[in-house]
Amino acid sequence: MITLKELDELLFTIKKQFDYDFSDYSKASMLRRIHRFMDIHAMKNAVDLKFELINNPAVFQNFINEIVVNVSEFFRDPSFFKSLQQKVFPYLESYPKINIWSAGCSFGEETYSLNILLKENNLYAKTRIYATDISSNAIERSRKGIYDNTNFKEYTKNYYECGGKESLNDYFVSDPRHSMIHSEFKQNILFSNHNLVADGVFKECQLILCRNVLIYFNSNLQNKALELFYQSLPIHGFLAIGKKESLRFSSVYENFKEIDREEKIYQKIK
Amino acid sequence: MKSQAIIIGGSAGAFNTILSILGQLDKRINIPIVIVLHRLKNTTSSFETILQRNTHYTVKEIEDKEQMRNGMLYTAPADYHVLLEEDYTFSLDVSELVNFSRPSIDVTFESFSAVLKEKCCGILLSGSNHDGAKGLKIMAENKGNTIIQDCNEAEFANMPNAAKTLYDQHKELNTTNIINILNNECY
Repeated sequence: MITLKELDELLFTIKKQFDYDFSDYSKASMLRRIHRFMDIHAMKNAVDLKFELINNPAVFQNFINEIVVNVSEFFRDPSFFKSLQQKVFPYLESYPKINIWSAGCSFGEETYSLNILLKENNLYAKTRIYATDISSNAIERSRKGIYDNTNFKEYTKNYYECGGKESLNDYFVSDPRHSMIHSEFKQNILFSNHNLVADGVFKECQLILCRNVLIYFNSNLQNKALELFYQSLPIHGFLAIGKKESLRFSSVYENFKEIDREEKIYQKIK
Repeated sequence: MKSQAIIIGGSAGAFNTILSILGQLDKRINIPIVIVLHRLKNTTSSFETILQRNTHYTVKEIEDKEQMRNGMLYTAPADYHVLLEEDYTFSLDVSELVNFSRPSIDVTFESFSAVLKEKCCGILLSGSNHDGAKGLKIMAENKGNTIIQDCNEAEFANMPNAAKTLYDQHKELNTTNIINILNNECY
């Protein structure tokens, strides 16, 4: 395993050699991801790891995919999705066209969950969703929209808890092991690579969903990302962040009002 | 070496022990206390309310990038791992379950140990799985102060037992002695 000092050196090497900048990511989280990666690949120390990363391109690519956290689920925090439908959807309804940015979309669970609810609330037809992630592997997986059946019992429970009206299974085509989201739910989503660290505003969006993504950044980078979201929203546009994340430490805090304090839904007011 | 934080991990059968410890801690102990208790997600629990009723510390569920402060009693939120940054802010993490748990005690022990080294105190209480054992071993190897609940006293001994099996140098103490050692060593 490696120390925090070795982690700094490693991130510096990665930046120099591969042009991936993780220096503003959460150190504690990086350390944990890297330990996990080393565990899986039976690497014992920083020297082993560095050697493999530098000399084996396949290992490096794998490393990049593994250290970015891509764990999600359908309708994570049902109470959030319930609130979104009650407090945000009625506003969105008043727009002739709706743009939504799902930032840090991982494998697509969050984005498709949202899209299902848009459909059930008759907003689907006029909505375009821009789903972005830093990881091209994640984007590819999102586009495929295929998920292991193991967790569907929990997804169904979540779905009903957030007010789902139909049967979740109907939205998927399944075999005994996997389920694929129905192609209808892919048509209005544009999946693309976007780096919250380096890239800028690309579209004005009335709603930005970025839950449990900022936790992997340090405060400095969180602030930068939140400024980017601020610039991407029109006045009265909505921002949703993770339940245990906070705008409080950011420079744009004053520009938002709380729509739901518990669920961390905010509206841009100036 | 004086600890900079006390981290208490527990699962089934740990809650009452936590309340006993908190109720009898010397008021001069001013370092932050972090509690990682396995709990259900998507349920509103009265955990924090009950804790607050039983302690002079200010109880607070951890938010991401919040500064860890003295005189505070922090709880790990359901469905997140809790980590510590070098600047003593907390980070949360929703990556894979560890030992079927999120929050995982292993994750928090290991992260605090990486930052605080010998200046932290980890306590592992009753529980029916083996979460915490690996993290507590790492903490001990970093010269932290590591304590497990007396396996004869713990309602579910699996957890302290697993820690003992993995590393036999932890202090194994009953609740009274855990309180005594904290009161003697932690302020």
